Amino acid sequence: MNIIIIGAGVVGSLIARELCRYNVSVTLIEKNIDVGQEVTKANSAIIHAGYDDEPSSVRAKFCVKGNAMYTNLSQELDFEVKRIGSLVAAFNEEEVNTITELYNRGINNNVPNLKLISPEQALEIEPNLNPSVKAALYAPTAGITEPWTVAIAAVENAVANGLNLVLEEKVTGIETQDKKVKKVITDKGSYTADIVINAAGLYADDIAAMVCSDYRPLHPRRGEYILLSKVTSSDLVKTIVFPAPGKMGKGVLVLPTIDGGILLGPTSQDLDQRYKEDKSTTQDGIDFIIEKTRQLIPNIDIRNAIKTFAGLRPESPQKDFWIEESQEIDGFINASAMRSPGLTAAPAVAMYISQQISQKYSLKPNLLFNPQRKRIVNYINELGDEEYDALIKQDPLAGKIICSCNKVSEREIIQAIKRGARSIDGVKFRTRAMFGDCQGSFCTFKIMQILSRELGIDYKDIRYNKPDSRPIVGNTRD
Amino acid sequence: MRTVEIVCVQCPMGCKLKITMDEENKISDIAGYTCERGKQYAIQEITDPKRIIPSSIKVVNGELELVSVKTDRPVSKKLIPEIMIIIKNSMVTAPVKVGQVLVKNILGTGADIVATRQVNAK
Amino acid sequence: MKSYNTDVAVIGAGAAGLSAALAASREGARVLLIERNEDSGGILNQCIHNGFGLHYFKTELTGPEYAFRLAQMIEEKSIEVLTQRYLLDIDSQKKQIKVVSEKGIEFINTKSVVYTCGARERPFGSLLVPSSRACGVYTAGVAQRFINLENKMIGKSAIILGSGDIGLIMARRLTLEGVKVQAVIERMPYPGGLVRNINQCLKDFDIPLYLSHTVTQVRGDARINEVVVCQVDEKYCAVPQTEKIFSVDTLILSVGLIPETSKLYGKVNLDPSTKGVIIDSNGQSSDPFIFAAGNCVIVYDLVDYVSAEGENAGRNAALYAAGKEQDEKITIEKGNNIGIINPSFYVRNTALDIYARVRKPVEKASFVVRDSDEVIFSVKNKSYVPSEMIHIKIDKEKLSRVKKLTVEVI
Repeated sequence: MNIIIIGAGVVGSLIARELCRYNVSVTLIEKNIDVGQEVTKANSAIIHAGYDDEPSSVRAKFCVKGNAMYTNLSQELDFEVKRIGSLVAAFNEEEVNTITELYNRGINNNVPNLKLISPEQALEIEPNLNPSVKAALYAPTAGITEPWTVAIAAVENAVANGLNLVLEEKVTGIETQDKKVKKVITDKGSYTADIVINAAGLYADDIAAMVCSDYRPLHPRRGEYILLSKVTSSDLVKTIVFPAPGKMGKGVLVLPTIDGGILLGPTSQDLDQRYKEDKSTTQDGIDFIIEKTRQLIPNIDIRNAIKTFAGLRPESPQKDFWIEESQEIDGFINASAMRSPGLTAAPAVAMYISQQISQKYSLKPNLLFNPQRKRIVNYINELGDEEYDALIKQDPLAGKIICSCNKVSEREIIQAIKRGARSIDGVKFRTRAMFGDCQGSFCTFKIMQILSRELGIDYKDIRYNKPDSRPIVGNTRD
Repeated sequence: MRTVEIVCVQCPMGCKLKITMDEENKISDIAGYTCERGKQYAIQEITDPKRIIPSSIKVVNGELELVSVKTDRPVSKKLIPEIMIIIKNSMVTAPVKVGQVLVKNILGTGADIVATRQVNAK
Repeated sequence: MKSYNTDVAVIGAGAAGLSAALAASREGARVLLIERNEDSGGILNQCIHNGFGLHYFKTELTGPEYAFRLAQMIEEKSIEVLTQRYLLDIDSQKKQIKVVSEKGIEFINTKSVVYTCGARERPFGSLLVPSSRACGVYTAGVAQRFINLENKMIGKSAIILGSGDIGLIMARRLTLEGVKVQAVIERMPYPGGLVRNINQCLKDFDIPLYLSHTVTQVRGDARINEVVVCQVDEKYCAVPQTEKIFSVDTLILSVGLIPETSKLYGKVNLDPSTKGVIIDSNGQSSDPFIFAAGNCVIVYDLVDYVSAEGENAGRNAALYAAGKEQDEKITIEKGNNIGIINPSFYVRNTALDIYARVRKPVEKASFVVRDSDEVIFSVKNKSYVPSEMIHIKIDKEKLSRVKKLTVEVI
């Protein structure tokens, strides 16, 4: 049995890993040169508590479950989850009513330990919160993680368990026979398929359109963000601070990142289908973030910003996930329209889909499946002096610091490359090099030296992130 | 009539010179200099501006691929494009010493192109 | 784990650190110089252009030549330099520095520290300019590093944002290397760099300078293909309908340097807006164990000043290490139209070098240093712009009875 998964975002990666628990051939096809480069890479990185979703929605079905699964998942795959909790702050009577509704909805969705708290309690948790807060909804099970790391870790573990990972290949067609999937065609080859799982993010509708007509159209909903430096701003908030939600969604937030910085955002702007590649930030978006977050946390100092970026969510008219097997074509399964809380729901969606498939096709378990994966250790921050010194005496490159801001050694960068990094972003997202205040100004050339050497490629062929993103055009002197 | 403002680079004083040109583009006045060298610098700047050219020359078998170089005295600005072609086509084998002459008397100007840093052999 | 013992540990072997080490050594102290890169010289190694050393060495040198002279002097005095060491911690209580390298973790027991870690460039992300994720944005220093030391070309056509000296120097460098520099864009109504560089880097090559303009958007898919530039008003807001679109594949940024003081957070007083180390006229910070000099204090425009300040801090760190008593400190206040001032305190019985920048350009103004109403020092009838640093020296005799100093431009 051949299972093909299209799209190595967090959803496709976790599905791939789940299916490797069975004795089947699993192939994961990704158009970019690395995993987790699209929707997965640019979002709020929140594991939502689950009070936002209407109980009848598909989102509600998977969010609270997914949230709980992150504890075990983060241990198995060795990535960080911080259960810092969330506060939804209400500043007037209408908003107080809104958060009371959220509270009730959360109870209905079985969100654990949800509480409505007083302004004094809210200000005790978040001293920098706007003191005119009237009430807040506190959800201790909400947390943050590093979404691309979830995808990277899931794929690493899946590959170790037999996954065939195909990068830099774009699906161009899907062949069927007798109303059953038969083959997946890419720009470089073709793959026999008994089951095709569509986890293609923003392009899941285009993929579905290759094969059937019962799919939901997707358009991008842009979310812009501003990142504040962890050196100057990490004390700003301790929890994920939300305003009361509105028509456009959960609103513009202030929250910590796993790396210790502070994230402001997102905006929420529906774009036409044509703009699925448009990850630009805008003046209006940036101004809106500053205006809205200052209402929540008045003493935000925007001079501490070190980066802006935008992410796109795949939104459908139903504003809900679409996790369904096609009624027209046998073996074609959609895991699409995974907008917020897509990251949170992903582990539960992956388990659901793999269980459906295993039952339908009576799959046998893979007895050699090993769920454990170990992360790349950041030596300076994680080892004590004696241990670190002993390690360096065995392995000198562990003591050669390449990224000064985030204290990343050459050994960690080499490990990242051996474990799949083929681009500057690949190294960056596996080691957190270049995440710091200097934003790569002191270490980019060193990272490129190492990439060129380890991959045996010319500087001209080093990519930043996208297949055509080449920072170097040639030599000064040939 | 127009004025040209430049800063004299002959000494640390950095006097701000104001040169007035007449309709025939000849110097009609020089103001702001505090010594004869400054006055001469102003005249040179208008009639035949000269520049020190910093650049890099390729190194063969060196710990670095490039050695930084400069002309050891100012040369006529007009010659820059030609000089750059010569620089781009030159190379030197390591080791290279600070002050080492890499191209002697470039384009007959009397100026040498010298290394401004050391490059050890690999 | 290895330990060293010294009197003065200098952290950062750029211009300030090399000069500090030499001065400390001349004062009779044992000196250890610590550097994170393979070579000493710091940023000078990539500044292959002219303009260094006219004051300090009495001749005009390129950056590498300046660094070479200092390095030779270090070698002549047999000062030990530990290269490729990354600073882990400075412990004032234990009087110890911890570093790591391929050799392992090492400790340096010292009687004083001179912190000379320089500055870093303001990154593109902090400008909050709307942009796509396209690659091809470089800060000027990074572009300079690639082109001059790594032998790598970073693009084919460029716009440079920021008319400070680094941006102007790169405009020339890129042009000489065949990159089409279409314009230099400057937010202020006046240029940020020295007039000499405007002439020799822009006018010489007919590169247009757009004052009171800024970049409002960066476009492109995988690589930049367009940069949008607009005129700005006095509040630096874009003026509608003044858009110019430049088709380039590279955006170079020269938008300011930020003192690199992250290792001193929580240890010494830092200027709240610049993040530079607050020091007195001896180069000492709010922690007597830690001295500082160079661009990590304020951003200088001449490396000659950096060397002078490095020497000052190094000498005084050596004296401190030898147990010299500290004299009384007097506050130096920023008066009218002063944007940057260094030092922040005057220590009695020393000469005083003041470095300052005005906040706004001014003509026919007086630069005044006074003690309440009494004028101690003044220079009359000069023009000042923020990009050109003011440096004056006052003899200690003139300062023997001062209680509080105010520096102003009126």
